[in-house]
Amino acid sequence: MNTFVNRFSTNNALSVIRKAQAVVDDDEEFSDAAWGSEAGFGSLAKGVPSFSIPAVHDPTAFLRLHTDDHADPNCRIKIQHGTTTLAFRFQGGVIVAVDSRATAGSYIASGTVKKVIEINPYLLGTMAGGAADCQYWETYLGIQCRLHELRNKERISVAAASKYLSNLVYSYKGMGLSMGTMICGWDKTGPAVFYVDSDGTRLKGDLFSVGSGSTFAYGVLDQGYRWDLTDEEAQELGRRSIYAAGHRDAFSGNTCNLYHVKEDGWRFLGNYDITKMHYDGPGDVPGSAQVAYGYDVRVEGRTSSNPPAAAATA
Amino acid sequence: MNPMNTASHPQQRQFNPYTENGGTILAIAGLDFSVIAGDTRQSEGYNIQTRYAPKVFRLTDRAVLAVNGFAADGNMFVKKVKQRLEWYRHAHAKDMPLHAIARLIQTMLYARRFFPYYVYNILGGIEDDGSGAVYSFDPVGSYERETCRAAGAAQSLVQPFLDNQIYFKNQQPALGTSHPAHLPLPQVLRLVIDSFTGATERHIEVGDGLEMFVVLAKGHDLAGLEGIAGLQEMSTKSDGERIFVIRRELKKD
Repeated sequence: MNTFVNRFSTNNALSVIRKAQAVVDDDEEFSDAAWGSEAGFGSLAKGVPSFSIPAVHDPTAFLRLHTDDHADPNCRIKIQHGTTTLAFRFQGGVIVAVDSRATAGSYIASGTVKKVIEINPYLLGTMAGGAADCQYWETYLGIQCRLHELRNKERISVAAASKYLSNLVYSYKGMGLSMGTMICGWDKTGPAVFYVDSDGTRLKGDLFSVGSGSTFAYGVLDQGYRWDLTDEEAQELGRRSIYAAGHRDAFSGNTCNLYHVKEDGWRFLGNYDITKMHYDGPGDVPGSAQVAYGYDVRVEGRTSSNPPAAAATA
Repeated sequence: MNPMNTASHPQQRQFNPYTENGGTILAIAGLDFSVIAGDTRQSEGYNIQTRYAPKVFRLTDRAVLAVNGFAADGNMFVKKVKQRLEWYRHAHAKDMPLHAIARLIQTMLYARRFFPYYVYNILGGIEDDGSGAVYSFDPVGSYERETCRAAGAAQSLVQPFLDNQIYFKNQQPALGTSHPAHLPLPQVLRLVIDSFTGATERHIEVGDGLEMFVVLAKGHDLAGLEGIAGLQEMSTKSDGERIFVIRRELKKD
């Protein structure tokens, strides 16, 4: 009884001390774990991590004022944007293909971004929107998936993992998180792809593309997609779709990273330079016809404005 | 007009805790070394606040952190990273490995996702396997391991130069030869110095002084560092990884 009185009363000695402590103890971002070791049990102790919030009337407006580059291109903190990512389910598993460009305004901040996040050997997440949001929360999702595995002696399903993420980002709705991701994997139901975004949308589907270049990727993807694609055909379709987006969308490009998820987990297939694919093709890889994707190369000698080299010199 | 009512125009107030203090930082990873550099000018608008404000800091005997953006946030952030590394040392009786420092920095930056540190970080050093490494971060903690990275005011001047000289972008190797995968330390130092003299020539927020931290893997010989003027050793032990600073003057106008 007394413990309850002490806990909830506001004028006894204990609560006065507690209030004073709260004032002194403004360094709330550190848990006790930060001081040293918790003998490996640190991750079990806590739920969701805590965040510092500016002491203003409207923290969300504050964040938007300083980070949102759509509202104000001159704002100070530029969060990386612009992407093409795609994933599709087919007879042979899941193909995941992404570009590697990160832009801050019109500056290409990086051409070597890893937009496929390897959550665990059976789960992949893709990255579109805020790079840090995707990296951080999908790593966090990986921790929770491992804990699920240890608690239930069974791997988490793709549906459950994606729902964990969508519920998590939904709890931050309106606070400025920005992510559009596809959670891909193989569980006891077979290959699975879920689209999850920071609005709280979660969709199950066979084929998704996300990002500024998604329309271009969809164009190639939709016309080439069939359920009974062979592994090689599917890999080539993923590569070719990202190439199309990299070619036509200014905010996408540089290279394409390709993954294939099968029953025994995901496998990284390779990194393909988009300029190289334009002029020389993807090289000697399965599914490739070993010809360049570029328009000029394909139409050379077939129109009057593009005479064959021999005819031009003659 | 009522003298008390001077606010005849609509007024808007906002909480703006950030400013931009200029300067540029840069890091290049070699096979078994890493170079992390930054200029020492700190400015606000067109005013130079100081000609010596370090932006590059030794964290451990194999990790160096460069911070750029808002100096107050940067100094606070470095202070807190150093504090966490000290706690780690007390708990585990060893220095935190580089890849773990990188992840620590991610979580520390992301903890401020809704009130960000206005800081661009570049972490350089030696990985557990002895290889040179560079990690670059955005203000809210997304990070990536790279071979070279420039950040700050002259990022858009320096990075294309590095792309050309380190990654050999838009260069064709001479017939029957190939581009080297890793450059030797003396050449990397020359590239760093040239990057900063070039940036100083063309950017008003860069200049005054240059600090280059060199981290050498365990057992690495001094590889041409011996003769360099103004060399200062920063490492605490001589049998592990070693850290040196090289200071150079840059133009002050």
